[in-house]
Amino acid sequence: MIPMAPKISPKERLAIPRQAMPEQGAADRSGNFIEVNLGFTEQLALLEARRCLQCNAAKCMAGCPVMVDIPRFIRFIAEGDLAAAAKSLRNDNALPAVTGRVCPQETQCEIECVRGVKGAPVAIGHLERFVADWAGQREPGLPSPVTPPSGRKIAVVGSGPAGLTAAGELVKCGHDVTVYEALHQPGGVLVYGIPEFRLPKKIVDQEVNRLKRAGVKIECNVVIGRTFTLDELRARFAAVFIANGAGLPVFMGVPGENFKGVYSANEYLTRINLMAAHEFPRSDTPILRGSRVAVVGGGNVAMDAARTAKRLGASESMIVYRRTRQEMPARAEEAHHAEEEGIRFELLAAPVEVLGNPQRWASGLKCIRMQLGEPDASGRRSPQPIPGSEFVLACDVVVVAVGTRANPLLTATCPALKLNRRGNIEVDAHGATSLPGVFAGGDIARGAATVILAMGDGKRAARAIDGYLSARP
Amino acid sequence: MHSIVARTQLSPNVTRLDVAAPRIAEIRQPGQFVIVHRAPGAERIPLTVADADPAAGTIALVIQAVGKSTRELVALQPGEAIQDISGPLGVPTELLEAGRALCVGGGVGTAVVHPIAQGLQRRGVQVVSVIGGRSREWVIFEAELRRLGEVLVCTDDGSHGRKGFVTEVARDVLTAGGVDIVYAVGPVPMMRAVADLTRAFKVRTIVSLNPVMVDGTGMCGGCRVSVGGETKFACVDGPEFDGHLVDFDLLWDRLGMYRAHEQQALVPPSETGRVCLRQ
Repeated sequence: MIPMAPKISPKERLAIPRQAMPEQGAADRSGNFIEVNLGFTEQLALLEARRCLQCNAAKCMAGCPVMVDIPRFIRFIAEGDLAAAAKSLRNDNALPAVTGRVCPQETQCEIECVRGVKGAPVAIGHLERFVADWAGQREPGLPSPVTPPSGRKIAVVGSGPAGLTAAGELVKCGHDVTVYEALHQPGGVLVYGIPEFRLPKKIVDQEVNRLKRAGVKIECNVVIGRTFTLDELRARFAAVFIANGAGLPVFMGVPGENFKGVYSANEYLTRINLMAAHEFPRSDTPILRGSRVAVVGGGNVAMDAARTAKRLGASESMIVYRRTRQEMPARAEEAHHAEEEGIRFELLAAPVEVLGNPQRWASGLKCIRMQLGEPDASGRRSPQPIPGSEFVLACDVVVVAVGTRANPLLTATCPALKLNRRGNIEVDAHGATSLPGVFAGGDIARGAATVILAMGDGKRAARAIDGYLSARP
Repeated sequence: MHSIVARTQLSPNVTRLDVAAPRIAEIRQPGQFVIVHRAPGAERIPLTVADADPAAGTIALVIQAVGKSTRELVALQPGEAIQDISGPLGVPTELLEAGRALCVGGGVGTAVVHPIAQGLQRRGVQVVSVIGGRSREWVIFEAELRRLGEVLVCTDDGSHGRKGFVTEVARDVLTAGGVDIVYAVGPVPMMRAVADLTRAFKVRTIVSLNPVMVDGTGMCGGCRVSVGGETKFACVDGPEFDGHLVDFDLLWDRLGMYRAHEQQALVPPSETGRVCLRQ
């Protein structure tokens, strides 16, 4: 047991206020794609780390889907031993620089923090990011642990958060891991979905490169279900982990949705994040820069799209959401940042039609006003339309961010793989599918969720795969 | 990296690139396409696999140079390379089991018809191809299709084969009878005209659609088309559909989404200012 940092009384500890994340001003940042949060300085991190009470029964850990030993890495920060903090953090979490940026800490670890009972919880996410970035800047100087090779080959389908996490855990066990990615760049949703201003691509590259140095092989441009079938992978590998995401965008099913100027959030964000369409014509992929952009949905993806539209020069960028701000599934920080950047929140509004001009360009979004009724199955009060309350939001670009569903590309080519009603792969608590040696996790198994839940799946499945292989010498 | 093994100019603006892609060459089926990403910063564009040589490990891409991306692709020389090719993508062609098929190819679409005709001929289906172009020099894949069956050529100016449009020749073939299915690939107006024609003859007609795509795996939905009143994604549900059910107006309309950008992309970057929406 490492002793606590001396020279600080409990009273002093409790007196330290939560340190604010330094960020780019809203006026500046809404015109660029540079990361909004600038990161803690070492001094801020030290102060914040000292706020942690080092609870014996650390409730924060129970809230973490990948079970990071939160008090431990924070204690190392407080003691000024950042290398030890990094080692501890990375041992638990394959992608800390990512989760430190995109996790909904306020509903996971920080909501459990005892300091939050009276005042503000410890800024666990900001500290995680600080440690991960500190270590990232020192790569590849920090040694990666070497494990004797097991001689077992494992295929991972998809290089998003679930796939990368599983790959990282599996190489740690000495397995020979090959990750197949359909796009030309690894990272999955971290690359095509989450914008640069929230998760810089160099951070993703850094994490991917670290995994590569640890021995993970990544093959891009391979579409499992097309380039190779699942059965072909099963023949060549001792185990397969499927984490190809919830790829298919859901549209609203309202008239006018195929007018020019209507995008799925997937397409809108992919054009920018993966294809750099905001740099057109310096890059070759175009995007419609709307002057008035309506984004339908209330999740993180909707926030990302609305904030992206603003950065592309929209004079008005709107979130159209059928419930209230309270029910919004977006991360608190994202909704807050969006507001600061001047995104208009059109709440209790549900689109009923996309209007178009005679040339079939989108020209408006016809909505109906909603009111909240009784709580539904999800526990949220279900919105009910108010008859006769239709109104029109003028806009020239509409981005539909109402969710995604399972992509059948892989599953359709393997009928033996058991799916649920929604087309997601059925898995047990360890990620095992109906086929021996085949595991699945992330959005393809659980439906559209978060980066960290996908990573939790990857970690759990990796453990199960390692167990499965050990049982078959 | 996929090196260019051979480059052939097929017509004044259509180029054939034979490119190293062994896995795709081995397993591609008629009707399938690849997504090509030439280099960092380039667009991802879908291209039909027009032919393949599994022994040599190469696939043939036939490219009409219309915009910046396609012009840069056709400028590639043997020894140079394409950074990323993913595939084969899309649902393989629904091939007739037996009987007689009419394959109609217009312009660069003739290259897309070729693998379909190959697949049909391999099954013992009798293939009649009707292909056309503006004039003699614009007609492509004639020799390749002749190896697979009868070929009827027409040109707008009559410089090669019959003077007229492929629809006129197709009408004669349909009128003579004995056609079990029609495969038509070409410009949207041509496919629409063929579908209208065959509807009258009550002959099943498959067309191959070419909407804008990004990922090619069903993720973006940019390639959505309407078939029989239902929205389909051409990349995963197609690219081939029942021509009698396709909403060609919508396809044509959505293909125009980036027309202003396409013009702008052809102007050197130094001459363009900030990009504005459709002016």
